[in-house]
Amino acid sequence: MALRKRVVAVAVAAGLGLTACGGQSSGGGGDAIELTITQNAIAGGKNAAAAKFVADWVIPTFEAAQKAKGKNVTVTFIPSGVDDEQYKTKLSLDLKSGKGADVIDIDGIWAGEFAEAGYLKPLSEVVGPEADAWDGWAQIPEAVQGMAEFDGKKYALPVGTDGRVLYFNKSLFAKAGLPADWQPKSWQEILDAGAKLKSAGVPVPIQINAGTAMGEATAMQGVLPLLAGAGGEVHRDGKWTGASQPLKDALGLYQKIYGGGLGDPRLQQEAKGRDKSFQQFAQGKIGILMEGDYFWRGVVNPKTGVAKMADRDQAVGYALIPAIEPGKGIRGQDFVSMSGGALRTVNPGSKHPKEAFELLAFTLSPEALKEETKDGNVRVTPRSDVNKEILAGEPLLTFISEKVLPLTAYRPPVAVYPQVSVALQEATAAVAGGTPPDQAAADYQKKLEGIVGGAGNIAS
Amino acid sequence: MTRFVLGRIGFSTLVAVLLAFFTLPLLWLVTAPFTSNPTYEVTVPDFTWDNFAAVVEHPYALPSLWNSVVLSAGTAALVVAFAALAAYALSRVRLPGRDALLYALLLLSSIITGTAAMVPLFQLAVELNLIDSQFGLILILTGGLLPAAIFMLKDFVDATPQSYEESARVFGASPLQIVRHVVVPLVRPGLATIAVWAVANVWGNFLMPYLLLSDVRKQPAAVITYTLYTEGGQANLSMLSTFGLLYSIPVVLMYLFVSKKYGFRFHGGIKR
Amino acid sequence: MAQAISPPEAPKETRTGRYSSDAAGLGKARAGVFVAPALLLVAAFLVFPALWVLYLGLTNYRLTGAAAAEPEFVGLGNLLGAVADPAFWNSTWLTVQFVLGSAVIGQVGLGFTIAWLLRDRRGPLKRLVEGLVILAWILPGAIVSFLWVALLDRDGGTLNALLGLPGFAWLLDHPMLSIIVFNTWRGTAFSMMLYGAALSNVPPSHLESARLAGASSWQQLRDVVFPHIRGHILTNLLLISLWTFNDFTPFLLTAGGPDGKSEVLAVHVYKVALQSGELGHGAAVSTIILLINLVVAVFYLRLLRSRR
Repeated sequence: MALRKRVVAVAVAAGLGLTACGGQSSGGGGDAIELTITQNAIAGGKNAAAAKFVADWVIPTFEAAQKAKGKNVTVTFIPSGVDDEQYKTKLSLDLKSGKGADVIDIDGIWAGEFAEAGYLKPLSEVVGPEADAWDGWAQIPEAVQGMAEFDGKKYALPVGTDGRVLYFNKSLFAKAGLPADWQPKSWQEILDAGAKLKSAGVPVPIQINAGTAMGEATAMQGVLPLLAGAGGEVHRDGKWTGASQPLKDALGLYQKIYGGGLGDPRLQQEAKGRDKSFQQFAQGKIGILMEGDYFWRGVVNPKTGVAKMADRDQAVGYALIPAIEPGKGIRGQDFVSMSGGALRTVNPGSKHPKEAFELLAFTLSPEALKEETKDGNVRVTPRSDVNKEILAGEPLLTFISEKVLPLTAYRPPVAVYPQVSVALQEATAAVAGGTPPDQAAADYQKKLEGIVGGAGNIAS
Repeated sequence: MTRFVLGRIGFSTLVAVLLAFFTLPLLWLVTAPFTSNPTYEVTVPDFTWDNFAAVVEHPYALPSLWNSVVLSAGTAALVVAFAALAAYALSRVRLPGRDALLYALLLLSSIITGTAAMVPLFQLAVELNLIDSQFGLILILTGGLLPAAIFMLKDFVDATPQSYEESARVFGASPLQIVRHVVVPLVRPGLATIAVWAVANVWGNFLMPYLLLSDVRKQPAAVITYTLYTEGGQANLSMLSTFGLLYSIPVVLMYLFVSKKYGFRFHGGIKR
Repeated sequence: MAQAISPPEAPKETRTGRYSSDAAGLGKARAGVFVAPALLLVAAFLVFPALWVLYLGLTNYRLTGAAAAEPEFVGLGNLLGAVADPAFWNSTWLTVQFVLGSAVIGQVGLGFTIAWLLRDRRGPLKRLVEGLVILAWILPGAIVSFLWVALLDRDGGTLNALLGLPGFAWLLDHPMLSIIVFNTWRGTAFSMMLYGAALSNVPPSHLESARLAGASSWQQLRDVVFPHIRGHILTNLLLISLWTFNDFTPFLLTAGGPDGKSEVLAVHVYKVALQSGELGHGAAVSTIILLINLVVAVFYLRLLRSRR
């Protein structure tokens, strides 16, 4: 009998639990204001330095500043630190239900789809006029501002940006009789260097990401910069690019590299292929590698990298990514690149949007950015005034900031882009596996029609 | 005699092959945590304790193991208790539509583990105020595991003879007392199996705890494991391997405990 | 649906008829109370969301973008779209191989073999074997994937080092074989435990008399053990197949590659629903998996009933 009572009690408790427990209360009574801030960062794990910075510097400094103004504000950091896709899923679910932190970091590429879904609102609506009047805007280059815009309205503040270059191993280059200040002016020069590296016995002369296993890395450090180099864009003036000549050219370069023995096609298929490409570069097995500045900061960094190179500063060279031929890149450029970057914004469901924006703006103030990038955490910030100071001792980042960013391009911030990207990755996989570029391009166009809703949305 | 010897040899060979098959992939887990800067290669370790020190210093690693224990023990307890009651009732009394219902639930339970179910489950949890509550997560996980648990347990209950229950009834025991004192001891290997199965399911579950618990101090080790990566998504192999080793110790202990106390020693309690 | 499921009733009854009368005097009302807590949780956290998923399968719902704000009802559009997609059929065929190879042959076969070999044993050997098998099962997927990459890696992998085959790319040249062996390794524990527990319920006296009557091991298995554990075999096959159909862990090993050569249905759903954010489409594919599972369940029921 006793047990039955207990069972009933559990059932009742369960029933009560459904209505009574849970539910984080942001805000609350009195004059105390509670704010939360979230990033895909966690102490002891992914982006640990960023998490530490928010917890140890941003929060106490901001709280003290508010206290000085007579406001009682407490800020809590909500760490995450998982795959970007999963972080995005969680943010979407939170925002859809009116939950989530007051200040949120997102990848720049998500802005459009979050706006379309109503998960984010223009900052001027959420916060008020002070958002557009923020004094930092004057310091942020147009192109970087564009990342935070959708339909002409600002949805967030940019947190940073990056750029892609060609890295090369100077000792291998010396062995192959190539210069230490190498700067190819056309794709043919890349292939020629690859051929020389090959005859000098370098196992993998060129690594340009291909295939689906590398995911978005194939797009950002592979087909998109090549497409730009051939004068094409994946999405232009509301239309998608199909089996155009630039795409065929880009895939043609893949064919010459992977069909011509200048790259390792198997590496592109491995689930952990990108990790291995890093290790191989660090071990001196790869001659030329297309990567973002993250490679320099986080991979071959002699102190904190995942594939440390003790002699990075001497052994690793970098060059701009050339167009197929001089002047044939997008906008008639000689050199091209692709950029991404993070955004930080205020949750439209925030109970204290004004204070949340103050916190947001504070994290992007010159003093905060300088503090954040101290002690080997240098990155390209969105603010030119800050970059001038902090990048002084960083040749690669200065190169990115001064040479790469003026000629870079961004991905289209729309919800179907991830699918288009997968279709592009599949096209590169096919070519690396032996399919002729024309055939792969035609297959891509067919898939694209299915993704973007018919041939009408594709530029002919 | 020859047959016996051949049998022994065959048995030993088979067991040796099995041991090799199940041990080989685990080698990395034994060597990498003791190696400084481990790679994917299994090498003789240099027996450093630095990796363990790093895990101990990690602010969330060890607490997350405790959360895993809470979540999996709570879920296993609910699953075993509710499944035992339900399986017994369903085995002994013909409720209308019983079998069709069980099969339908079982099939539906497979859809709920899929990726597509995360939106409904999340929104349901929001509506019921179960977000960020370990208890709520336990309820949700229990709901997903129950059909299969009932299904398995019913087999065990079906196979037990009713004579004991009849005698107990003659002595005036209530149905609950009969379940507790007669049926449970009889199906104990089954209950142990279900409990271990439930723990294993919760122990490795990443997506649901990640989505439903936003406070990192409540999150289990499966979620923390996924954070041991760098900005560009590169695995931190020294942390991962070391944490993985620590992560597996509680379940090994649990297995030893269960198998010693309840599990496979019992021979069903049926008279020989 | 209910109609399609109804066949199970008959075999269940015959299988359980011997003991299924209400010896404890439970009665229907109290039986209802016993079932209620489980049913309540299941109704709230399983049936309701599962029906929701089935409904999502009829819409163009997405995680983000305009279709997240205002999903449209597209009826069977997703289903037809999925069926017209060659990638879906590729995945279905791979899943059949995966389930047959790793679940039915691998896990059930190996699990039963181990349980049978160790049935009369005690002591450290049994503990060791069982412990290792269970360890493989209970380790979290995120860790396990690293173990297997370390084992199968083409440059520094343990297997190639042992076999003297440097550079042999198991995961690229034999992706299905790799994930089948992997999943056998990973999942055998469950079958082993279930059969271990089931075999312990076979009265040793029956086996003893069969042995005295000169029955070979195979005959003992067939005539004494099998009839006793038939129900467990059915349950085991059914559950293992169901779970393997929905198993997403191969993704951690091969990411569905190379070029979709190991993209089983669960991985396909993951890519569609999580990576591309097409939740409606993903839900529709989940529905198809459900229907396939239904067919599999009915098949097992008929198979094990007819072999009485």
